[in-house]
Amino acid sequence: MSTVIGSGRPARFTFGPNERATLTDPLIANNPITVQMLGVCSALAITTRVDNAVVMSVGVILVAMIASLAVSLIRERIPTAIRIIVQLAIIASLVTVFDQVLEATFYEISLELSVFVGLIITNCMVLGRAEGYAMRHPPFPAVLDALGNALGYALILIVVAATRELLGVGKLLGFQVLPLTRDGGWYEPNGLMVLPPSALFVIGLLIWAMRTWWPSLVEKD
Amino acid sequence: MAEASTARDVNAPGYTIRFALVVCLICAAVVATAAVLLEPRQAANARLYMEKNVLIAAGLAEPGDDLSIADVDALFNRYVEARLVDLETGELVPENAVDARAFDQRAARSDPESSRPAPANKAGIHRLPERAVVYFIRRDEAVDELVLAVEGLGMWGTMYGFVSLDPDANTVRGLTYYEHRETPGLGAEVASPVWQRVWQGRKIYDDQWRARITVIKGIAGSPEDDPLHVDGLSGATVTSNAVTNLMQFWLGPHGYGPFLDRFRNGEADT
Repeated sequence: MSTVIGSGRPARFTFGPNERATLTDPLIANNPITVQMLGVCSALAITTRVDNAVVMSVGVILVAMIASLAVSLIRERIPTAIRIIVQLAIIASLVTVFDQVLEATFYEISLELSVFVGLIITNCMVLGRAEGYAMRHPPFPAVLDALGNALGYALILIVVAATRELLGVGKLLGFQVLPLTRDGGWYEPNGLMVLPPSALFVIGLLIWAMRTWWPSLVEKD
Repeated sequence: MAEASTARDVNAPGYTIRFALVVCLICAAVVATAAVLLEPRQAANARLYMEKNVLIAAGLAEPGDDLSIADVDALFNRYVEARLVDLETGELVPENAVDARAFDQRAARSDPESSRPAPANKAGIHRLPERAVVYFIRRDEAVDELVLAVEGLGMWGTMYGFVSLDPDANTVRGLTYYEHRETPGLGAEVASPVWQRVWQGRKIYDDQWRARITVIKGIAGSPEDDPLHVDGLSGATVTSNAVTNLMQFWLGPHGYGPFLDRFRNGEADT
C-alpha cells in the first residue's frame, strides 16, 4: 500500500535523514533564490526593510506549505491536462486569503505590501514546489519540502533586507543603528540601497560569497 | 490510493471538467468566507487609519506612530472637533444635528439623496456630496488649523487625502494621502512624508483668492519666493497633475471655497 514514489518507504511521519535533507537542503545547498534562481522578482521589490521581508516570508512559508499539502493530497486525482491551473487556483486562493488576513491584522503593512503579496501567486518557487515535488510525493514530505524551500527563500530575503535597510537608512527593523550625518552622527546613508537595483547587487554578491564558501554549489561545465 | 487512480481515468474529458468545477467551487468558498469574516475588522482598520491621517495632516501624529483606537480617540477628544460644512453655502451644519466624526463622506457622495452631479472639472470628480467634513484643530482656545478632506482621480484610481491649513485658510500646514492606487515607486510617492513636507508653508490662493497651487515639473523655489508651486514627482506627471487638479477643485468655489471665505471673514460659527 506504499505510495511513496521513488523511495518505497512505507512510513509517512518518521523524521529520518531523508526528511531532514528534504528540509535543510533548500536552505543553502539548493537555495531557491541563490541556487535555483527562483522568486528573484519579489526579492528585488520588497527587501528595502526587514519588517516587510519578514511579513513576505511568513506569507510565502504559509502559502507554500498549505499549497504543497493540498496538491499532494489530491495529486492522484488531478487531471494531467489541467494540473498547473489547478495548482495555481489553490495558490491564488491561499494568497488572497493571506492578503485579507493581513489587511485585518496589520493594516499599514498590508497597504505597503498588498501589491507584492499578490505576486506570491506568480512566485515561481511556490508553483515549482507544487509541480516539481508535491505532485509526486505524499503529504508529509511535500510539506517538509515546501517549508525547507520557503525558509531558504526567507533566509535570503531577510539577509538582503537587513543589508539594504542598514546601509540605505542606517536602521534595522525601524530602529536607528547607525547614527546618520544629518542627525549629527557619522553614517552617510547610501541612497542606492533603497532603490530596487541594489537588491540585484546584494543578491549577486551573496551568490558569489556562497559559491566561494561552498565550492560544491558551482556548476560543472 | 493506488486504486483511486486506476478506478477511473483521470484524463477523461468529463472527469476533467467536473474536477475543475469542484476545485473552483472550493477555492471560491474559501476566499469568500475569509472576505466576509474579516470585513468588519478591515473596515475598522481603514477607519482608524483615516483618522490617524487627519492627525498626521494636523501634525498631531507621525506617520510611523503605532496608534490604537483608544489613542486616536484620546487625541481627537483633546484637540479635534469634527464638523460638517454645507459645500454650496459654506455654512457649518449645526453641531448637534449630526455626528460629524461618524460621517461617511464617500457613502454620502455616492447616495443621490445626499449628493449632486459635480460641475465639469479636471479632478475626475463626478458627484459632489452636499456636506463635507472639516476638522478644527485647537491646541489652545482658538482654532489653529483646519483639516479638509480631498479626493480626486489619479493615474490608476481615486486618491484620498487630507490637507491642513493655517487659520488664514491659505497657508498649507500639512498634507497626507491615505488611500491611492498610484504606481509603486513613482506616483505612490504622493504618500511619502518627504514629499509631503515640501508642501509646508505653500499658499493655496493668489491675491485674487483663486486656488492656484500647482505641482510643477521639477523643483519649486522656497515657500517664501515661490509660494504657489510645489516640486513635481519625477516620473509621475499624471499623478502630479492629478494632485494639482484635485487641490484646486476642493479648495475652489465648488469645494470648500465658500466655507473658507466665511471662515476667513470670521463668519463661520465655530
